[in-house]
Amino acid sequence: MSSNHSDHHILPMRVYAMTLIGLFVLMGATLLAAEVHIGPDGTSLYNNLVAMLIAITKATLVVLFFMHGKYSTNLTKIFIILGFAWVSLMTLILADYGTRRFEPVPGWDREIESALPRDFHRLEEHRPKSEFEVNVRARP
Amino acid sequence: MSASLSPNGQAHHEEPNYLNVTHTLKSWLLTGDHKRIAILYLISISVFFFLGSTAAGLVRLELTSPTGWLMENDTYNKAFTAHGVIMIFFFLIPSIPAVFGNFLLPIMIGARDLAFPRLNLLSWYLYMIGGTLALIGILGGGVDTGWTFYTPYSSLYSNSQVTITILGAFIAGFSSIATGINFIVTIHKMRAPGMTWFRLPLFVWAHYATSLIIILGTPVIAITLLLVIAERVFRLGVFSPELGGDPVLFQHLFWFYSHPAVYIMILPAMGVISEIMAAFCRKRVFGYSFVAFSSLAIAGLSFFVWGHHMFVTSQSMYQGFFFSLVSFLVAVPSAVKVFNWTATIYKGRVYLDTPMIYALGFIGLFTIGGLTGLYLATLGTDVHLTASYFVVAHFHYVMVGGAILGFLGALHFWWPKMFGRMYPQGWGKFNAMLVFAGFNITFLPQFVLGFNGMPRRYHYYYLYPEFQVYHILSTAGASILAVSFLIPAVYLTWSLIKGPRASANPWGAHGLEWEVASPPITTNFVTTPIVRDEVYAYDEVDEYEQVQGTEEIVHPTRTEDKH
Amino acid sequence: MAALHDAHAAHGHDSALHHQFEDIEQQNESYVVGMWAFLVTEVMFFGALFLAYTLYRWAYQTDFFYAAAELDRTLGAVNTTILLISSFTMVLAVHFAQLKNKKAVLINLALTVGAAVAFLGVKSVEYKAKFAHHLYPGPNFEWHGEGNPNVIQLFYSLYFVMTGLHAIHIIIGIIAIGCLAYLHFREAPSVKDDFVPTEMVGLYWHFVDLVWIFLFPLYYLIPSLSRGGH
Repeated sequence: MSSNHSDHHILPMRVYAMTLIGLFVLMGATLLAAEVHIGPDGTSLYNNLVAMLIAITKATLVVLFFMHGKYSTNLTKIFIILGFAWVSLMTLILADYGTRRFEPVPGWDREIESALPRDFHRLEEHRPKSEFEVNVRARP
Repeated sequence: MSASLSPNGQAHHEEPNYLNVTHTLKSWLLTGDHKRIAILYLISISVFFFLGSTAAGLVRLELTSPTGWLMENDTYNKAFTAHGVIMIFFFLIPSIPAVFGNFLLPIMIGARDLAFPRLNLLSWYLYMIGGTLALIGILGGGVDTGWTFYTPYSSLYSNSQVTITILGAFIAGFSSIATGINFIVTIHKMRAPGMTWFRLPLFVWAHYATSLIIILGTPVIAITLLLVIAERVFRLGVFSPELGGDPVLFQHLFWFYSHPAVYIMILPAMGVISEIMAAFCRKRVFGYSFVAFSSLAIAGLSFFVWGHHMFVTSQSMYQGFFFSLVSFLVAVPSAVKVFNWTATIYKGRVYLDTPMIYALGFIGLFTIGGLTGLYLATLGTDVHLTASYFVVAHFHYVMVGGAILGFLGALHFWWPKMFGRMYPQGWGKFNAMLVFAGFNITFLPQFVLGFNGMPRRYHYYYLYPEFQVYHILSTAGASILAVSFLIPAVYLTWSLIKGPRASANPWGAHGLEWEVASPPITTNFVTTPIVRDEVYAYDEVDEYEQVQGTEEIVHPTRTEDKH
Repeated sequence: MAALHDAHAAHGHDSALHHQFEDIEQQNESYVVGMWAFLVTEVMFFGALFLAYTLYRWAYQTDFFYAAAELDRTLGAVNTTILLISSFTMVLAVHFAQLKNKKAVLINLALTVGAAVAFLGVKSVEYKAKFAHHLYPGPNFEWHGEGNPNVIQLFYSLYFVMTGLHAIHIIIGIIAIGCLAYLHFREAPSVKDDFVPTEMVGLYWHFVDLVWIFLFPLYYLIPSLSRGGH
């Protein structure tokens, strides 16, 4: 029966209560940390790092104790890690933005012929044309 | 033998199989049986394949003239978009996993069903809802964005039915997620006693890799498409340059899924080819574990290459270097597979039956498709070749020459198992060669076209009338290809009614699926099998030949025709 | 279907066991792994949004600071508290399902649903204020404060997409917990003999909580660039 297998899953309520208290303490910490500016002027990097570290700690508490990640089988643990590891892969997209400018080119929405090669018209004027082409080009 | 089955399915011919156990429509539409769901999928993706092919036919017809003679500009845009959307989202992605994966995966690992039968049925319904919505968009007004739905055109400018079509693709995404989750859990938890990871058929390995890509990639495209819908409907502006957003971010997120999606389409086909090569060479697949791990390697690497679709966007050139390098690396596991299949033929006893001809065709065409991919992964040549017919030819070599030949090979290989009937071998072999010929006539000229500068998605090329001969060649090949898709439809349907009954193992192949009855009973196995040996344990002397007492190559089905 | 039920009867000593599984342990682990595989897809789903957020936040730090100043930090903190408590009651429901204490399970599920509804209530108050101030993206967007109004609109695009999707997940959660509570109330064998269905709903609910744990600091607690305020 199920209860025989799941005996080791039943945690004392104290674990859950402690987790909840931990989460509240961390929530207070993140609220306090947002009120003070950390690090030099002109950057909020350190504040952001602190906020994210606290959020990750909270998330870890939830996964380990509320979601029983700590007590699950190895297979489940692999999938838990897989999800959070793979999502960090998307930061590869940020690497792109770190190595180039990303403001839109001014006037991008007014340039009607932007889909054509840059010097299309000049090239077209100088290109020798076939007889066939001259005859059919009249078509719109 | 790969497994010992105490009373195996063959002994119970009187027992009703999964096809005739019940007959009502309700018993099909509310079924939890993975085999019935596979049949439902087979019917529905055939319909979508027909529609997508029709759109392709229209595109090819239009291109026979340099000035266009059949369609207006907008209509042409809608035709190629219809072709792309239907073929990618509603045929290629579900094709092999949802039909053959669904049907075979539980049988191959010795399970009674997938882990979540109701989720499986839900996936078919989601697919049908998504497909219907997309068809409403495509047929009721049309979409002109191309299947890639690039912003800001799709979000700000296009006046066609983009929203409903994207919604269809979004919902279909959840259908493939459901299939992926089901396969992963099934492969992990439902294997029969003794079915260790390295006794699994390579088909199962390929589907495991595919499922990983599905669950890791599909959600990203889902949210991206949802954002495009939000931009169109609620005027939110995540990809809108007017608000400081970046349209290239859409391309990043889109290809984050859509490049791995290419491997969702090709990996299952590779699994099929591994099965067919082993069965028709009567030999263990050469380097089993390398082929198995190359599937996982392709799945892993597939997430690091998406940027090669964006070499000519504003993507940083440093990232271009990276993506170019990793794209080259994907060639390694792909080549491992091709070399190992080829090595399997060496000293094997090759039976050139219909599925084998498809498999050999696959190897050749996939190799061409893969190698031309390297041209496109090279930063310099890609600038010249991008968005040209070279790209079109390249991915059709992989998608049609790879995935569809794999699909047809699988269909011909497991048709006797699915329906318990044999199809006419002569027609089968003839058609396999016809597909190969028609395919090459269609797409080989497109490499030349693209290299000479024919852009994709254009239908006027009157500036370059010399392209016309290649386009006409290509259209001629496409008509051969169309015929070669209709012929199997005819003889396979014929075989359902008049075809000779197939035995449990008409090809003399190994694997649990060949040890159950054709067609299998609802629970697949009478008792759970216990596996004692690896799946490709072909004996030194072919068992079938032993029975016949001759070394002459006799068609295995010939003896079964008497039934 | 007859064969299906025969197989079930042959294997099923346990009414919570489905026909395709050999024993309840296999079924339970399948459920948990399947649920986690689903949560992996959810992580990727929200991950793409967090990525878009990170990119624009990094590009437009000051404008995001001005925009976030309009969000009500107190209401955000209240909602965080509500969700944390609901996660706690949910895990207690799983705990009592393991102990087969029907009454305690139902009370905790009811508390969880109550907290979820309260969360949505607070959220709707916030949304209402945003709509009243024309702080929703689209042609009607108005911004009179400091900063680039277009970028501020981008911030609110992201805000509505991310918190909106989170709210949709909460609604789905309410439905799921409601169905679960109904099954517990009816003493259906699938939840009575086996705590794993309860655990699965719990996993989903904790995931919703997890998303909010990140949404809260990212939207409500955007720090200024300097000690002086911006």
